[in-house]
Amino acid sequence: MDVAIVGIGIHPFGRTPSRSGLQQGAFAARAALADAGVAWRDMQFAFGGSASAGSADALVNELGLTGIPFINVANGCATGGSSLISAYNAIKSGEYDIGLVAGFDKHERGAFNADPEALGIGAWYGEVGMMMTTQFFAMKIQKYMHDHAISTAALARVAEKSFINGAKNPNAWRREPIGVEEIANAMMVNDPLTKFMFCSPSEGGVSLVLCRADKARQYCDTPVYLKAATLKSRRFGSFEVFAPSQALEQVDGPTVDAARAAFEMAGVGPGDIDVMQLQDTEAGAEIMHMAENGFCEHGEQEALLQSGATHIDGRMPVNTDGGCIANGEPIGASGLRQVYENVLQLRGQADAHQVPGAPKLAYSHVYGAPGISAVTILAR
Amino acid sequence: MAQQVAIAEGLFTWPAERPALLGGRCDDCGVVSFPAADACMACCGRSVSIVELPRQGTLWTWTIQRFMPKSPYNSGETPESFQPYGVGYVELPGGVRVEGRLTENDPSKLRIGMPMEVVFSPYRTDDAGNDVVSFFFRPLD
Repeated sequence: MDVAIVGIGIHPFGRTPSRSGLQQGAFAARAALADAGVAWRDMQFAFGGSASAGSADALVNELGLTGIPFINVANGCATGGSSLISAYNAIKSGEYDIGLVAGFDKHERGAFNADPEALGIGAWYGEVGMMMTTQFFAMKIQKYMHDHAISTAALARVAEKSFINGAKNPNAWRREPIGVEEIANAMMVNDPLTKFMFCSPSEGGVSLVLCRADKARQYCDTPVYLKAATLKSRRFGSFEVFAPSQALEQVDGPTVDAARAAFEMAGVGPGDIDVMQLQDTEAGAEIMHMAENGFCEHGEQEALLQSGATHIDGRMPVNTDGGCIANGEPIGASGLRQVYENVLQLRGQADAHQVPGAPKLAYSHVYGAPGISAVTILAR
Repeated sequence: MAQQVAIAEGLFTWPAERPALLGGRCDDCGVVSFPAADACMACCGRSVSIVELPRQGTLWTWTIQRFMPKSPYNSGETPESFQPYGVGYVELPGGVRVEGRLTENDPSKLRIGMPMEVVFSPYRTDDAGNDVVSFFFRPLD
């Protein structure tokens, strides 16, 4: 059974002091239901996630107590992608016809402070100040720049593009363009990454209504089909966040594995993709994920960024809604934001951030601690 | 009188004349990890021997932590007294790459591939007034 997305809803990302995370999640869920022209009582199941804003299944208190199975999903930054895959499989199995995926969050200001012991690491690791996602991303791109001749100017170009795209997206948090000089010369946070190259924890909500593909036209004139949804965890030898040590022999990380599996499932290749949303927790991640997902060779990013290839009107548009850098990262909602954006792009409804040429295939990728990756490929 | 206590059991030999980091070597596949664990992440084997890791290696990658992390960071510093610190992975030949704090926080003095050695020194003072000792990597250049 194929699966379609027939409804999408979003609560603007950023900071909304007047609404709890749960209320932002309910806002997005109601918008997705309205978009599909269905009611909450029509939903047969739901999957949802929130890292800091309570249990996602508390949404039933907002939306109504209808007795459906609502399963909470917690998979770090890949929570949204994991919820989507769970819903995809629930429909694909033939068990359900239609259901909802929800993600929302509301984080405190400042960098995340994960608990090492929750991940099976000694408390000492946090005490000495190594339980920091920002350090991992900085050290990964530092090594990558050394090995593949990527410049700091390339990092600044990624962030510049994020803010240009964010300025075109009414739901983005950061809506002011910032120039490459200002980005490159801003306060250093974790060398080589400055404060404008990082995304920040934020708030927001996204919901999707999924249904059996053969019933999609009942709900939507422009259904979008899930051609692939994959999730991989790390294998031994990949370099991942929150790792007190790593093997001398390196293997491909979960992003490479999830991407390969997704292309195989969809029966398409990287060259067929018209628009892509790649996890950009910081500018270096976007650069590395371009290659890890198969869209270019390692090191080729320098020339691609210089030529503007990843801009909305370029030949491989990346993070057309401003990505995590312009939207911030509400963990539960972030991966679903990428899918929301891809559906807009495939429907031709992205307005100022619409990729020209009526894109047909869209790709989304998330990466999360402690080394998991989820990929989806959507087609109209 | 203040004692010197290790930040965690089993991370390194302590007290010791010449302390060393302690890893786990899988008896089945020979892969080394740090810290030692009950099972081997590479082959899922359940028989792991504790081994002393080499004291010298090379810097594989690094960064400088410029802002003070929230709890569970516990260095005894205040936002006013916080000093940026280096973090890196050091490749210990024949063993494993170990992540650790660096004694150096000046980016101009750090480069990938430079020789490093492990040192053990007080990190903070605990409630009983003891020096809590942790491990750091120091450039050898």
